[in-house]
Amino acid sequence: MLTAILIVSGLAAVFGLLLGYAAIRYKVEGDPIADKVDAILPQTQCGQCGFPGCRPYAEAIAKGEADINHCPPGGEATIKALAELLGVEAKPLNDENGEHSSVPLVAVIDENTCIGCTLCIQACPVDAIVGAAKHMHTIIESECTGCKLCLPPCPVDCIAMVPAKVEPATWKWPYPVYTLTQQSAPSNDANAQAPKVAS
Amino acid sequence: MIQTLHKLWRNHGGLHLDYHKEDSNAAPTRHLPMAEELIIPLQQHSGYKPTLTVNAGDYVYKGQELASHTGFMKVPVHASTSGTITAIEERPIAHPSGLSDVCIILKPDGKDDWGNARMPTYPDPSQVDGEILRQRICAAGIVGMGGAVFPAAIKLNVHDNIPIEALIINGAECEPYITCDDRLMREKPLEILRGVQIMMHIIATQRCLIGIEDNKPEAIAAMQAACEELGEQRIEIIPIPTLYPSGSEKQLIKILTGKEVPSGGRPSTLGIVCHNPATARAIYRAVVLGEPLIDRYLTITGKGVAQPCNVEVPLGTPIQHLIAHSGGYTPAAKRLAMGGPMMGVSLHTDQIPVVKATNCILVSDIPESEQQPALPCIRCGLCAEACPVTLLPQQLYWHSRARDFDKAEQYHLFDCIECGCCAYVCPSHIRLVDYYRFAKAEIRTQRDAKTKANIARERHDFHQERLERAKREKAEKLAKHKEQAQTNTDDGKKAAIQAALERAKAKKAEAAAQTTTGETTE
Repeated sequence: MLTAILIVSGLAAVFGLLLGYAAIRYKVEGDPIADKVDAILPQTQCGQCGFPGCRPYAEAIAKGEADINHCPPGGEATIKALAELLGVEAKPLNDENGEHSSVPLVAVIDENTCIGCTLCIQACPVDAIVGAAKHMHTIIESECTGCKLCLPPCPVDCIAMVPAKVEPATWKWPYPVYTLTQQSAPSNDANAQAPKVAS
Repeated sequence: MIQTLHKLWRNHGGLHLDYHKEDSNAAPTRHLPMAEELIIPLQQHSGYKPTLTVNAGDYVYKGQELASHTGFMKVPVHASTSGTITAIEERPIAHPSGLSDVCIILKPDGKDDWGNARMPTYPDPSQVDGEILRQRICAAGIVGMGGAVFPAAIKLNVHDNIPIEALIINGAECEPYITCDDRLMREKPLEILRGVQIMMHIIATQRCLIGIEDNKPEAIAAMQAACEELGEQRIEIIPIPTLYPSGSEKQLIKILTGKEVPSGGRPSTLGIVCHNPATARAIYRAVVLGEPLIDRYLTITGKGVAQPCNVEVPLGTPIQHLIAHSGGYTPAAKRLAMGGPMMGVSLHTDQIPVVKATNCILVSDIPESEQQPALPCIRCGLCAEACPVTLLPQQLYWHSRARDFDKAEQYHLFDCIECGCCAYVCPSHIRLVDYYRFAKAEIRTQRDAKTKANIARERHDFHQERLERAKREKAEKLAKHKEQAQTNTDDGKKAAIQAALERAKAKKAEAAAQTTTGETTE
């Protein structure tokens, strides 16, 4: 009886020490979950989620302080990926944060109206605006994340969000859609889908 | 006729099609009068746009560079004839999207004047270093002319650690209707073979296999005769069975050597380099004659055109001009496409110009919208039997349709060569390749978005760091000022003055010492 108790408590002590040592020896720096969440977020840095950038939002999600449906630029795809990563149920985007735009947007400065106040340059989270005081500003299109943070500070309202230009190099093959014509198929969709029986 | 017996391997799948080659391959290649306007797209290769070197209003000579290739994966374009550049603007190009891209509009002056735009020639390339020849090929704007338009100079840049066993010349031309390589091999076999010799010199190989489908006996005979004329023992002309898609690079390598290019790999990892005969001829002309790539052979064919034929035309010639000089459209003309019936790209207008990739203009009598309606997949498995890459087209279809891209990639979506065999045999008329193209494009877009997000993250981190640094520096400055203000009491001032005086004294003494040493040495 006594030996059994001794053996068990001895084992417990040994394993406790081992685990304690391992916790110190293999300590993980940073927050791996937050890193994974951050990798999924679109890095627009727009702050529409209520956090100052994607990283703070990722950290809040990792701590369980924020829900996964507060990212409008990411939209449904990001919510789905986050749900899969965190093992929770996917839910629709929270309307309060904003709407998801299906086409990528970029900011464009109307260079004739720009007065060179540098306010948008300070607001841009990814330094995608170039210009100097009292000189025209312009946006580096390839670096713009479409966060819209440059819009409110502009005193002359010369910045507009436009859909990114589709060039042959960036064009995507569309999802195949069949147009059914009167001659080649019955106008009724249900009939068209029915398999043909060989006569 | 010397015919070496060469063991051939058989690929999986493939199709016997109606070839319609005789529509266009009988008559010799024609040369057409110059079009009134040439439209030269800036980007005619796979890679990045070259940098423009001319402006609207400039006069250019034939062969003059219009856009330069300095930079990664850039290929120059050259003026196809002499004339004036009237505009640099967006025009419709041959692309499935039907979008426009930057084009240089050239109005020929009819003189076809080379000026001094011809590059220096190398009459005996075998005496020239391979790297110099490779740079010439790059400067001449040569790309793979079978349709993939990959920069030829990059393909010839082989690594020293993998010796190249063989150069393969792809004269299979397996797609129906297209006969431009056939005509080229019949008419210019010596130029092709000289180009092949240059390539063999660059990649330092002693063996070349030229695979030609056996439905082109005249081309095979012409090439063999030219081979004998040159007394070339290293080059073998090999007739291969006619079976679509034997002209696909990886399939041809398997047929000729029995080796399979690994998934995601390149033929050079097997010690093989593969090129098109038209590319070989362009290389010969660039190196020996100093002419950049400014024209090409192409086929105009189909039931929708009155006189199907082969032509050699300057790049930039509008398709409308080609059709007008081959008898015009017939009443049957319904669909205009660039390339063959299996892999061609539909064009929405005939104002689109001929580019380096244009091997065929097909005017077919079947409009695209009147293809048979798609019915549900019945899981018959015919597509898997036809697939030359031994993929599972059905699984790829289901996963692509359901937008389950991870699964589609697991089923090796990116090994699909989009040959269209699966869609051709499908009894439900499902346009399978469209689904694969959609899925590939979607996956590529997702990858691009990921890279863009990573760049945005880096830039944001840097932005944050910069703001913090500015804040810190400001705080430090403030602290320093404060400290100075404190030491600026009388004692502090005196001490500072004393220190300055001492510094000045020390400096003077040093200067004096230097002058004395200077004098003594003199």
